[in-house]
Amino acid sequence: MANTGSPSPAETGGTAVAEDSSAPLIQLLDPDGRLRDDPVFSAYAQDVDAEMLRGFYRDIALTRRFDAEATALQRQGALALWVPCRGQEAAQIGSGRATRPTDYIFPTYREHGVALTRGVDFAEMLRIFRGVSNGGWDPRENRFHMYTMVLAAQVPHATGYAMGVAQDQSDWTAEQRERDGEAVVAYFGDGASSEGDIHESMVFAASFDAPVVFFCQNNQWAISVPFEVQSKVPLAERAAGYGFPGVRVDGNDIVACLAVTRWALERARRGEGPALIEAVTYRMSAHTTADDPTKYRTSDQEQSWVHRDPMTRLEKHLRDTGQIDDAFLAQVERDADALAADLRSKAFSFPDPSLEDSFNNVYAESHPLIREESEWFRQYESGFADHQTGGNR
Amino acid sequence: MTTMTIAKALNSGLRKRLEEDPKTLLMGEDIGRLGGVYRITDGLQKDFGADRVIDSPLAESGIIGTSIGLALRGYRPVAEIQFDGFVFPGFNQITTQLAKMRARSEGRLTVPVVIRIPYGGGIGSIEHHSESPEALFAHTAGLRIITPSNAQDAYWMIQQAIECDDPVIVFEPKRRYWLKGEVDTERPTLDPFSAQVVRPGTQATIVAYGPLVPVALAAAEAAEEEGYSVEVVDLRSISPIDFDTVVASVEKTGRLIVTHEAPTFGGIGGEIASRVAERAFLSLEAPVLRVGGFHMPYPVAKVEEDYLPNIDKLLEALDRLFSY
Repeated sequence: MANTGSPSPAETGGTAVAEDSSAPLIQLLDPDGRLRDDPVFSAYAQDVDAEMLRGFYRDIALTRRFDAEATALQRQGALALWVPCRGQEAAQIGSGRATRPTDYIFPTYREHGVALTRGVDFAEMLRIFRGVSNGGWDPRENRFHMYTMVLAAQVPHATGYAMGVAQDQSDWTAEQRERDGEAVVAYFGDGASSEGDIHESMVFAASFDAPVVFFCQNNQWAISVPFEVQSKVPLAERAAGYGFPGVRVDGNDIVACLAVTRWALERARRGEGPALIEAVTYRMSAHTTADDPTKYRTSDQEQSWVHRDPMTRLEKHLRDTGQIDDAFLAQVERDADALAADLRSKAFSFPDPSLEDSFNNVYAESHPLIREESEWFRQYESGFADHQTGGNR
Repeated sequence: MTTMTIAKALNSGLRKRLEEDPKTLLMGEDIGRLGGVYRITDGLQKDFGADRVIDSPLAESGIIGTSIGLALRGYRPVAEIQFDGFVFPGFNQITTQLAKMRARSEGRLTVPVVIRIPYGGGIGSIEHHSESPEALFAHTAGLRIITPSNAQDAYWMIQQAIECDDPVIVFEPKRRYWLKGEVDTERPTLDPFSAQVVRPGTQATIVAYGPLVPVALAAAEAAEEEGYSVEVVDLRSISPIDFDTVVASVEKTGRLIVTHEAPTFGGIGGEIASRVAERAFLSLEAPVLRVGGFHMPYPVAKVEEDYLPNIDKLLEALDRLFSY
């Protein structure tokens, strides 16, 4: 594979599916559940067997239940907001399962499926939307960074982190890189792709050969604005302008997402620099629980994506090939039920945060204004305690 | 003791951190081969290599954003913004990301990024090269902001900023880069976040920082010739502000002027006036006055002398204080 430039049509395969664009779309599991070959990327899915696919199915099912349960909790008033990921599970889980535990992931805020693959506790993630935390989980534990609400702002962080990785591993041998090399994945969407931080990140990553994979989930909608307003060309094509490869993959095909992400991570580990993956998918749900997609898109369009649903596609493949049965599906259902019960019980029992914690976390080192204001607040609070009024807050 | 310019002191301080801490990196536009447009990083890339003194692409948000990522990886990046007026493409990264990273991670992540910004006017330059945007950053919790006014402070404060676990913006008074002073390279004399009385006095206090400290000292000297004893406080740290030192001075003198090149409206002077009113109201013999920039974009070079605070404007303000 060439170090720079997009893979040539020959490299990306005669089987690539032309869809609504001239750019080839990598696909290894088609919407009818049939496996396909790709001359380049099939090699990155050689180990995908029935057990792994059943695991992927379970990942998707659990993520989808998490999503549904969180949406329900929001409707009940237990969460201020929820950001659904329905429809994007294959892109998220396929790419997430391609990473190693030592890789570092910088998500946006809809990557619940990636979080699952990193071992983040789903319940912890609800803390953000419950209003008790702005971070949610410990990003160091699973090397899964906090969600970032300012679109694209985390992508230069991913790039800088990867520049640090490159420095740390600059004198490593090829064998060391293969075995222990770290890489970074930055997740963003088609909307965020218009932000300047994406451009600057790609410039830096290219110039410094940073081992970062730019994984863009093109879910067709930036709230109400369609993809056509963000770009006149498939986003993967933009990579050529930065001098690194770009690949357009069927984002609802979990096998292809796994394969292309492995390909990109492996070349990053080898020190060959960044790559851009555009996973073409669809946000089957609303932007958030505060959004109303009927205002801006047709049900015809929504229906057209139903037959490309990543979960039914995988289920069809597994059923058609006799790799799952009703007992398996019933077990997945029971696991999802247990997850939902766990979420419900935890969502209502998060410890209340205190403003004192907020004071303590602003600075790492002692700060006189923080001391003064927190002391004032403590006195103010204790005044209410003395009079047992609870205050009027 | 060694005599050196502020520029040389900054260069020497950076060199010392690069020598002592392999995790310290410098990054910015033109800082490597050229040594920076003001030569603050002169010779450092030659001695420490292009991996540690990095010529970055021309992109301020990228410089700050990748510095945050490097800090998350365990590095201590020192980012240079070439001129004050060019920090704004990086404003989002500084205010929404760098400043908040520790708070939003519930104290789990630290991002020890230093941002060096040459600032202020008086150099006869074109648009966007003479600004003082410090108040815009001081309003943002999570950042620390310091500004040395002399070589001793420049040498130590840049090192202390790099060693600090919080993000620190170092505003460097560019028109004083060539001001010489004595530097004790053995040990720092002060905490970087404290103010310093640089001239004692009894009848009025002038609080100044960065490029205006020499102006305040000259004004105090001129006032002395007219029989007034004026104390000068070098604020040194803009966030946090060492109010104890300022208030102690005002309790002694009873009169206060705060001066900065930045516009007075919404500026650091207003914050100091308010705090002094709260803490030293009964010590005040006159209202607190501000001598600063006007409410306009930084003007063209041909009239910047009229815009900038100077000795006469400070003396005029002292007259108002003493005649109140």
